[in-house]
Amino acid sequence: MKNLESTMAGTVFTVNVAVGEEVSVGQIVMVLESMKMEIPMEVEVAGKIATILAKEGDFVNEGDVLVTFE
Amino acid sequence: MKKVLIANRGEIARRIIKTCKKMNIETVAIYSEADAELPYVKEADFAFLIGPNPVLQSYLKVDDIIELAVKEKVDAIHPGYGFLSENADFARKAEAAGITFIGPKPETIEKMGDKIASRLTMIEAGVPVVPGTEEGLTSIEAAKEAASKIGYPIMLKASAGGGGIGMIRCDDEETLEKNFESIKTRAKSYFGNDVVFLEKFIDASRHIEVQIFGDNDGNVVHLFERNCSVQRRNQKVLEESPSPNFPQEARIKLFEAAVKAAKAVDYVNAGTVEFIVDQNHQFYFLEMNTRLQVEHPVTEAITGFDLVEWQLKVAAGEQLPVKDQDSISSNGHAFEFRIYAEDPKTFFPSPGTIIRQYWGDEGGIRVEAGYEEGNKVTPFYDPMISKVIIHAENRDMAIEKAQKVFSSAKIEGVKTNIDLFHQFLDAESFKSGIYSTSVLGEWMQQQREEVSK
Repeated sequence: MKNLESTMAGTVFTVNVAVGEEVSVGQIVMVLESMKMEIPMEVEVAGKIATILAKEGDFVNEGDVLVTFE
Repeated sequence: MKKVLIANRGEIARRIIKTCKKMNIETVAIYSEADAELPYVKEADFAFLIGPNPVLQSYLKVDDIIELAVKEKVDAIHPGYGFLSENADFARKAEAAGITFIGPKPETIEKMGDKIASRLTMIEAGVPVVPGTEEGLTSIEAAKEAASKIGYPIMLKASAGGGGIGMIRCDDEETLEKNFESIKTRAKSYFGNDVVFLEKFIDASRHIEVQIFGDNDGNVVHLFERNCSVQRRNQKVLEESPSPNFPQEARIKLFEAAVKAAKAVDYVNAGTVEFIVDQNHQFYFLEMNTRLQVEHPVTEAITGFDLVEWQLKVAAGEQLPVKDQDSISSNGHAFEFRIYAEDPKTFFPSPGTIIRQYWGDEGGIRVEAGYEEGNKVTPFYDPMISKVIIHAENRDMAIEKAQKVFSSAKIEGVKTNIDLFHQFLDAESFKSGIYSTSVLGEWMQQQREEVSK
């Protein structure tokens, strides 16, 4: 399944999911902070989370993989 | 005053440097790694790397900034706006280190930073406030009871919040229940204080604020008003003065209330008293901003004064340059347009490198840009990259001038709201001057509907 990539450069504000969790379409897995704005990162396809590649406080660039699915 | 440290960045740091140069005052700039190449760093007499990019590790490092100020033997610190400008602890620490804080007294900052305390102060001073609760709400039950007394819709607000952050409109008990805990959590995370309160939501309102100035000898003047009603995400994008469609009688009362509010807290230096104004031109105190505002150039354009110069003089112990209210006049009409690096449709941030920046051939405009061509706009700070200030004899002429500017202005490399302004200036709702805080959203919705037809 396709990985969830960051749509924007920013700092990870919150991580809302855990490895092994089943997520549905539209669920917010992370919230980034970019230019003083909270940007939700939403799941595009339902699935089970295999790895989470960014933690709170990490800086991510546009296109960086945030989450992979099983 | 010989040397000033500027505890800020971007266009406001540049703005302060400009006046300091005029007054033969040396400047010390601080910058994060991301900002090393910005113009203000080069324009200051001295510049020091203060830390890495996150604001908590750079521009908000109170002790490091004070330590640098002491080491550099500066006379004063100018905090600009945002960051530490309304941090009473910072102001106190600066004063304790023998450095003048360019702003009001720490006690004033503290009192006005707490929305509940400021409401109480204004009630006592006889300044009208929006009907609401006079104490923090500790439970959802208390919130529901208060809301039912005030009547929906209401605004649920963080007492320590500001700048459009930490507030949510609730139209019924269900929305209040849904948002009560989340706004407390947000308030705690953003402002370190989870106290929340309620205010009546004023429909079709305008935000009109009055620029005030006080000195250490108790002189207080107002420098007229600014209409700050064109907003996106509850944050201002365009300001103007004088406020259109506002009767002179109401205007005079507004100025009197603002001066009364300032005197009630022994206000020193530059400040703004913000009011919410309903359709009948009734106004209510919203909050007092204890700093220089982003939109201060609007006031500078209509009065001809340099507010940063006033700030420096008052901080140095001088009296207000003009103490007699009757000798201060407002001339012509001024707009300030905030240029943001963001998608003009979604308002999502658009970081990137500014490849080209062109402000058109129209002369007589004031551009305050924090970035130059080749500079990187990073995701770490506010998306505002510059401000365009237009002044003309009257409102129609100012709109016409702005239309010419935005028809040819261009910024390439990041998305901006330049074209949005160009189109919005044609909106009948804006041109008529009869508009409320929802004007931009409603106009955008209308545009979308027309396109889909």
